[in-house]
Amino acid sequence: MYRYCAKLRSLLSQNISPTRYYSVSSLDNPVIDKNYSISDEVIVGRPLYMDAQATTPLDPRVLDAMLPYLTSYYGNPHSRTHAYGWESEAAVEKSRAQVASIIGADPKEIIFTSGATECNNIAVKGVARFYSSKKKHIITTQTEHKCVLDSCRALEAEGFKVTYLPVGTNGIISLEDLDKAITPETSLVSIMAVNNEIGVKQPVAEIGRLCKQKKVFFHTDAAQAVGKVPIDVNAMNIDLMSISGHKVYGPKGVGALYVRRRPRVRVEPIQSGGGQERGIRSGTVPTPLSVGIGEACAISEREMEYDHAWMEKLSKRLMDQIFGTLSHVIRNGDPVHSYPGCINLSFAFVEGESLLMALKDVALSSGSACTSASLEPSYVLRAIGADEDLAHSSIRFGFGRFTTIEEVDYTAQKCIQHVARLREMSPLWEMIQEGVDLKTIKWSQH
Amino acid sequence: MSKRQALQLYKSLISESKKFPSYNFRQYALRRIRDSFRENRNLGDEDVIRNKLEEAARSLETIKKQVIIGQLYSTDKLVIEHVMSQKK
Repeated sequence: MYRYCAKLRSLLSQNISPTRYYSVSSLDNPVIDKNYSISDEVIVGRPLYMDAQATTPLDPRVLDAMLPYLTSYYGNPHSRTHAYGWESEAAVEKSRAQVASIIGADPKEIIFTSGATECNNIAVKGVARFYSSKKKHIITTQTEHKCVLDSCRALEAEGFKVTYLPVGTNGIISLEDLDKAITPETSLVSIMAVNNEIGVKQPVAEIGRLCKQKKVFFHTDAAQAVGKVPIDVNAMNIDLMSISGHKVYGPKGVGALYVRRRPRVRVEPIQSGGGQERGIRSGTVPTPLSVGIGEACAISEREMEYDHAWMEKLSKRLMDQIFGTLSHVIRNGDPVHSYPGCINLSFAFVEGESLLMALKDVALSSGSACTSASLEPSYVLRAIGADEDLAHSSIRFGFGRFTTIEEVDYTAQKCIQHVARLREMSPLWEMIQEGVDLKTIKWSQH
Repeated sequence: MSKRQALQLYKSLISESKKFPSYNFRQYALRRIRDSFRENRNLGDEDVIRNKLEEAARSLETIKKQVIIGQLYSTDKLVIEHVMSQKK
């Protein structure tokens, strides 16, 4: 079933020893097989998964909690007249409490939705529309997820004014800018907690304090933050928050929206129907999925410290190997105020797509999954002021609870090998080696 | 009594976890079990110990079920598994 290629075997056994890359003589100049051809490489086995920001695998413990509701207990949680309904309702309410617990909320403040995109739509459009008679301005950032930016575009078409705050080169917004942007017209500030592409953490608590002081609602897209970094809606003065199931080792197709009750935040529902979920999100709550997100949150709450320590260990290991061997590698985003499970690196003089193709035995991405089909450089990287060429050469490494040290070592070594190989082919790299400053070159056109 | 019980549970948890067909789930389970037992090695309170052991017994049941499901829907081995078996 598996084809073993002698060449690959020798290649792998050669490259697998990490010490090789630490030796001083090989610094910046790992031995490169000049006759290397990517097509000769036969991949044996499935690629490693290093794209935890796109989605995470379903934790077996979560599946175990969900299975009874996918098989035996199929009642509609809104059926009030029989035991089938009651047992499903009890399960949904238990998961509501589990989701509430991880963010320090009251279970009544949790609304189950189909995912973080729907949460963001309800929060941004819902608040803006509900308060539109008095306030017609909202504030967000340039590095938000597409669904927040797109909701804002839709609101602009409805006559709202939207401020897209710039971010610094570290990816973090300036509180002064935010302070200046808030007007008496402003109804909502929507700023994500952890960025999906560069892993940068925004100062959520400070933003919350400022918004409370200015009496503006604060929504945060915490899809990449919940279960990974501590979040408390009361300590951080968060009024609305979006949570995704499949980013915390839960099932896809479910999310949870936190909507503050005291002081009450009103939103105009997008979907009309039976009035489930306090009328904010009509439609039958999918019992197995809500049980899944609840159990996933409960596990993440319990395991947060343990998992976070593991992420730190893995990211340090990856960066030590890459930065210890390769030069001209830039980490995008703030190195301190970021989530260690998401590392975005730009390899100068290497085209990101070529590197992704070469690393076909590792499932990686250059940015968000939503935009991975286009060759355009990421708008997040452009917002942090990355040069066009560096924005084109970025790779996002996403680790999760199930990532092993061996996988990280393999990825680092493969990455180093292919970056070195691709640079060897680049005339720009040759010039850099000869000491030419590329910025001084006058490119002539023919 | 509880020490022998704990050792027995530990052994069953490890041997059952080794049956996970998925490399990532298997490695995680082994790492998590070893770390938990190491973390709780010096527990003194009888009630706490009893709670932890009950939790471990529930985990064992979950692992047994999930191993079966993993076997029903297993995939090809990962590239890293081939690399590591070659190294041996």
